[in-house]
Amino acid sequence: MTSLIIIGIYLCLLLSLALASKRLFRGTSKDYFVASHSIGPFLLLMSVFGTTMTAFALVGSTGKAFQRGVGTYGLMASSSGLIHAACFFLIGIKLWSIGKRHGYVTQIQFFRGRFDSSNLGYLLFPILVGLVVPYLLIGVIGSYRVMGPLTKGLFPNAFAAYDGSLPPWLIGAVICGVVLTYIFAGGSRAAAWANTFQTLVFMAMGVLAFFMISQKLGGLGAAIEQANAAHLVRTPSELEVTGKAGSFIREVGIPPLMFLTYMFIPLSVGMFPHLFQHWLTARSAQSFKLTVVAHPLCIMIVWVPCVLMGLWATGVFSATPSDAWPAPALGIMKGLPDASVGAVLSLSLKFLVSNPIIVGLVTAGILAAIMSSLDSQFLCLGTIFTNDIVLHAAGREKFSDTQIIHLARGFVVAIVLITYILSLVLQKSQNVFDLAVWSFSGFAALTSLVIPALYWKRATKAGAYACILAVVVTWISFFAKSGFGGEYTVLGGVMPVAICFAAGAAAMIVVSLFTKPPSKETVDKFFA
Amino acid sequence: MKKRTVIIVAVFILLAVLHQDEWNWDKSTLVFGFMPIGLAYHAAYSIVAALFWALVLKFGWPSHLERWAEGEDIRATEGDSGAS
Repeated sequence: MTSLIIIGIYLCLLLSLALASKRLFRGTSKDYFVASHSIGPFLLLMSVFGTTMTAFALVGSTGKAFQRGVGTYGLMASSSGLIHAACFFLIGIKLWSIGKRHGYVTQIQFFRGRFDSSNLGYLLFPILVGLVVPYLLIGVIGSYRVMGPLTKGLFPNAFAAYDGSLPPWLIGAVICGVVLTYIFAGGSRAAAWANTFQTLVFMAMGVLAFFMISQKLGGLGAAIEQANAAHLVRTPSELEVTGKAGSFIREVGIPPLMFLTYMFIPLSVGMFPHLFQHWLTARSAQSFKLTVVAHPLCIMIVWVPCVLMGLWATGVFSATPSDAWPAPALGIMKGLPDASVGAVLSLSLKFLVSNPIIVGLVTAGILAAIMSSLDSQFLCLGTIFTNDIVLHAAGREKFSDTQIIHLARGFVVAIVLITYILSLVLQKSQNVFDLAVWSFSGFAALTSLVIPALYWKRATKAGAYACILAVVVTWISFFAKSGFGGEYTVLGGVMPVAICFAAGAAAMIVVSLFTKPPSKETVDKFFA
Repeated sequence: MKKRTVIIVAVFILLAVLHQDEWNWDKSTLVFGFMPIGLAYHAAYSIVAALFWALVLKFGWPSHLERWAEGEDIRATEGDSGAS
């Protein structure tokens, strides 16, 4: 119960901070959508890092390291250090200059202008929303993975059907409710403040969990010594796990082709709508400098401890499963490639670190990582819907400033409800890490649209449509073959994202070369 | 393409190749007694990536984009300076 009280205090602190930022809210739609104009380098770094690192980082990476081993870090973290910064530098700064010169605020405004096509926005909108929803699901489902095992047995009467733990419907309602409250209060400024606070909290709590768990295992050296040896190398192998119900075989390690083609996934930051908005509306290009350099280091600070904790867990959960272990622990001991691996971190905490204060603090840190991603996504979708769909179609003059804010908030509530319901339906079937990879793969493949838009004067409107359609068709096809969200590779280990990206790029190049080039006016407008 | 840009692109490609570290694939040596070499290498890689981008910002900062964003006509400016 102490842990739960600490989490409650944390949520109240977060709300207080957001309400404080409300005092600075000017009540205008411009301030609600793009407080980024007043965001400096540190807030920008924390905001960008916080939104990029969701449950995927803390919960997903620990679980994936438990499943696949040490290669998890190279798979996503170190490659992100190189590729994310490249996107910030090559895409972000160029977009900032265009946003500054022409007053663009959203991703769709930019693409409409660059390719001189209003309908392109209507095509892109459902695709972007469709890809953001899984990103949001990662966070909400991640919170179930963490809070469920942590609160097991605390409410034997109230929630008997859930083994006495807080039920997912209540966890999701609280998490979504808190995030909604603070973005309603102060819009993008509240989101930026809350992001900064939460990012600092989850980075600190990740390190705290790391040291507390290692202490319980007898120190850093002893902790790694008891880990399963097959998880300490990247070479693929099969691991036999014997349990009461029989033996299970699971794959460990990373196939080389998978490791190589995973490098496409970090490209996703080049198309995340909320980051696009940060780039288009940042105060100055100089604000990006800190983000470009510090981002790889922040990733390292969070991911190295998480991957190590996942490796340690291979030793902790290696004994013969018994009735003493809760159901999720049995699942992860059997190595089932399902949702249960998301519980590795919280179970390690609960069984190794009995101090409820520490468990509460670390869990608050995990929730911070989750919520810091949700807020920006919710807000950004509201901005896109209001500006690029409603105001674009009906005309800005038909709405007052207050009505515009209400419209944005209404759409945010709709998205939150959809996410909440989907998270309850999919909670048992989805691995947080794998679901994230599918969302990131879609955005990464769409960078085959933004790179030519920024660097190839010959890129045409028809080329843009062809590119988007090629990405959508290939992505949907692979996603369906994966069983709608499972781990999936083709051609002996190639990640689908590599093929989706290549299809998009090929379609853009071929169709652009065979269609009428953009007008001189468009080229002059978008190229310095 | 400017010499500076060529160097930046070449180092970027080199870093992308170094990311594959085939030579560590099946090694489980512990660095500092607690970190498998496959993880230690990539943690160091993150630091090198940060240093690389710090150097890119120092030597390859696109100041012309800042001027263009503020409304300056870069091509006209470059044309003028070239003429003089």
